[in-house]
Amino acid sequence: MEKQHNWPLWEIFIRSRQGLDHKHVGSLHAADSAMAIENARDVYTRRMEGISIWVVESKYVHASNPDEASSFYDPANDKVYRHPTFYDLPDELKHM
Amino acid sequence: MMTDASSTIFQDKIDQDIRIEPKDWMPDAYRKTLIRQISQHAHSEIVGMLPEANWITRAPSLRRKATLIAKVQDEAGHGLYLYSAAETLGISREEMIDQLHSGKAKYSSIFNYPTLTWADMGAIGWLVDGAAIMNQVPLCRASYGPYARAMVRICKEESFHQRQGFEILLTLSRGSEAQRRMCQDAIDRWWWPSVMMFGPNDDASPHTAQSMQWKIKRFTNDELRQRFVDICAEQVKLLGMTIPDDQLRWNEERQHYDFGPIDWEEFRNVINGNGPCNKERLAARVQAHEDGAWVREAALAHAEKKIQYGKTA
Ligand SMILES: [Fe+2]
Ligand SMILES: [Fe+2]
Repeated sequence: MEKQHNWPLWEIFIRSRQGLDHKHVGSLHAADSAMAIENARDVYTRRMEGISIWVVESKYVHASNPDEASSFYDPANDKVYRHPTFYDLPDELKHM
Repeated sequence: MMTDASSTIFQDKIDQDIRIEPKDWMPDAYRKTLIRQISQHAHSEIVGMLPEANWITRAPSLRRKATLIAKVQDEAGHGLYLYSAAETLGISREEMIDQLHSGKAKYSSIFNYPTLTWADMGAIGWLVDGAAIMNQVPLCRASYGPYARAMVRICKEESFHQRQGFEILLTLSRGSEAQRRMCQDAIDRWWWPSVMMFGPNDDASPHTAQSMQWKIKRFTNDELRQRFVDICAEQVKLLGMTIPDDQLRWNEERQHYDFGPIDWEEFRNVINGNGPCNKERLAARVQAHEDGAWVREAALAHAEKKIQYGKTA
């Protein structure tokens, strides 16, 4: 049986401060999730850049297709009325 | 075929400073050039750990040892950021490592010089990291997103490297006569190889124009080299040392330092494998990789076993 020889790729997400979202910072190879977290600590947080780490095996990330970006995001294009500035109201109106 | 339209859209995006991301359409040549450039850079970070590792056990104090270890560890990190940026272009880590080990891929020729004294740690930090920073800062605005983001991270970390190097030289320059000689000797040996780090003269680098159009290179080799010489020519005064170039002098008209001719024969020789340490460096990398094989396999076997037993860590 031909075994897979290489460690899988993981995407790394780091919360830099309490109250902020986890943000994608890059990727690395590791045999399992525990090792991915430890490696992420060494590779991406040597200067206290993080207080929490998420790792996701890259093969589980599904992405939208950039070639279809224009049609995919098109429906939001002509709906300016979703923004508060769309509405004509007098300046005297306060606290709104 | 839609390639023509695609390449127009592609160049438009680049002209407008819109970053190219991994799944976006890109010309084959852009992808290939980037893979070569990024992986060479990654290899340089990794091989670059070797000359400095040579002095970790012999650092003159605990403070020097701790900072040197931190620096070398950063270089490993830089290699990893760059390998993963290159992987987003469709090449695997194993392929890149094979290319390095088989000699197919190049790395910066500077790392094929030996580190003979402790002062070399200072000269490397000041000059080699200094030249690297000069090259890398403009690449934080490179057109390929993952590459630019890796460079931002790297540049943030590099300035400590250069400062710790300069501090080592400054300390030696204020020391005994023997220490001052050691300091000057290291500068003498590392100066020209550092100046060569910017690559061939502009008229001998045919790919510069294309790379600049693609914004994966933002200044020419000679522009960056001149900037480096101008800065170092001033900084060396603080050390009370000299740069080993009797043609180095300020040119009032150009508002730059003039400097002597570069020995390109030596450059080519070292690039082509005949530098003082080429064989040793590559052998050390290959051995480390081979010695680590059982660890990689064991870790994988352990991970698989855990999955079989249904407890994913
Ligand atoms: Fe580096
Ligand atoms: Fe560095």
